Amino acid sequence: MRTNRLISRALAGFVIACAFGLLAACGGGSGGGTTKTQPPPGNNVATLTVNGGPAAGVDYADAAFTSVTVCVPGSSDCATVDGILVDTGSVGLRLLASAIPSLTLPQLSGSGSTTYYNCVNFVDGTYLWGPVAQGDIELAGEKVSSASLQLIENPTGFSVPTACSQGGMNLDTLSALGANGILGVGNYPQDCGSACQSSTSPDVYFTCGASGPCASSTITVARQVVNPVVGFTTDNNGVIIEMQSVDGEAATATGSMIFGIGTETNNALGSATIYPINSNGFFTTMFNSQALTESFIDSGSNGYFFPDASITQCADNSIAPGFYCPANPLNLSAQNQAQSGTENTVNFTADNAVNDFNNFSSDSAFANLAGPNGSSNCGGGSPCGFDWGLPFFFGRNVYVSIDGQSVPSGAPAAPWWAY
Amino acid sequence: MRKSASDSCMKFPFAALLIFVSLLSTHAFASLGGDAASVDADVAQMRAGRSIEQAATYTVQQLNTDSGTTVREYVSFGGRVFAVSWQGSFVPDMQQLLGSYFDQYSAAVKANREAYRGRRPLDIQLPGLVVQMTGYARHFHFRAYIPQQVPAGAKLGDIR
Repeated sequence: MRTNRLISRALAGFVIACAFGLLAACGGGSGGGTTKTQPPPGNNVATLTVNGGPAAGVDYADAAFTSVTVCVPGSSDCATVDGILVDTGSVGLRLLASAIPSLTLPQLSGSGSTTYYNCVNFVDGTYLWGPVAQGDIELAGEKVSSASLQLIENPTGFSVPTACSQGGMNLDTLSALGANGILGVGNYPQDCGSACQSSTSPDVYFTCGASGPCASSTITVARQVVNPVVGFTTDNNGVIIEMQSVDGEAATATGSMIFGIGTETNNALGSATIYPINSNGFFTTMFNSQALTESFIDSGSNGYFFPDASITQCADNSIAPGFYCPANPLNLSAQNQAQSGTENTVNFTADNAVNDFNNFSSDSAFANLAGPNGSSNCGGGSPCGFDWGLPFFFGRNVYVSIDGQSVPSGAPAAPWWAY
Repeated sequence: MRKSASDSCMKFPFAALLIFVSLLSTHAFASLGGDAASVDADVAQMRAGRSIEQAATYTVQQLNTDSGTTVREYVSFGGRVFAVSWQGSFVPDMQQLLGSYFDQYSAAVKANREAYRGRRPLDIQLPGLVVQMTGYARHFHFRAYIPQQVPAGAKLGDIR
């Protein structure tokens, strides 16, 4: 049985590592362990850590965190915040206001005596709300000046507009968010784009008085919450997420976020295969003989999520609701459609998530977390996609090119993925 | 299996009433579980740019909202909205769309997140309500349906 095998392997690793003095803390609950790689040097390299996150009492599995320095524009009045979730599935920096208590960033003024507020909705029905602020943002040795970002903050004196909340859950605290903020480094330069410049109907930007009311508002593209990468002087056309491999489970995992694609000696595209995305941001994954036409890669999703009605789901009242719980680990494969129309196979494993969490309760990196996504009958056009979450990044270099930015010679126009 | 409704719309004589209805609200759509009355209002409004598809045991009304999001409502021949869906970059009015199921949806979203910290596609499976959403923060695809009210012969995979 796999569980026993893993425990045996963990014990063996424990003994060996302790014997050679390789572990700082041999009491850790590491499972299969990780393969150490040296981060490439350079001022365009930010460190990533999968360590459960900054919230006390919350082990946020399969989430990669980094740190960011934010300053009042043009000043040395700065704060460095760690525990920032790195998210290729959204765009822009969003910081809990409570994480930078000593820093007062200027907020973006609307017409009259109003302030701009921003709303972002996530696929799980959660949302973030708060004022648009401006700051100089530093990541590793890269910097963007006077960038718009979102301060996550519950309003006082008025309620979050229902056009933002939409019945969802406000992740307005460290405990609820599981992070001090989110760094969205997805395929787009702003969180909304021209739709929010020409119309109020997206309900992404609002102008609010000091105690309300709020009204949906237009906003120029230049003032929208921005992907910090596009504001860098150089290395501004995308990022590479390079995570070490994880064999089963590990207490932690580390990696790098490298800025720029083909702009420095440490970020060449090399032999990576390009996966172009359509106007909705999706590519096609073939799985179980079905075409999953709304597939995407998302470091902010903490598992492999795909439709398969034959796999047992974990009980709602278990330690892992919403994940798959097969009796035995399932070795599966899928094919992603690349630029040339070729299909490249990805092999992956779906573990029993309840066993994973119970047997490796001190671990934060799980290579085989998986769960359902959308309809399992894709022929009729129902929501059908493969969400390649953080486990997909383990042991890979994943390139995220940004819409409208330059690309290396010979590559198709952005945006695309490559790995 | 499907035909455009524009032909039958042309035969409808009350043009003045139609204009009045579309002025009243250009956003209203029927709610999940809604009855024939709410559907009638939508059928009228459909003429101002909506389209309708006819399946064997139900009709599908499609509305393109101002934000570019496409909303679809699935109506049984008995006049019940048994499913709704939407896809696009921006979330439509969920209270309007889910109607009496909105509170149940809202409670399930919160229970989901509170039960486990992490982000993943939405998959709510309650005895009387299924809600699924996939995508990411620039394009979503959502559907909700009432399993007991899905007409015989309708395929779940067609609720898109």
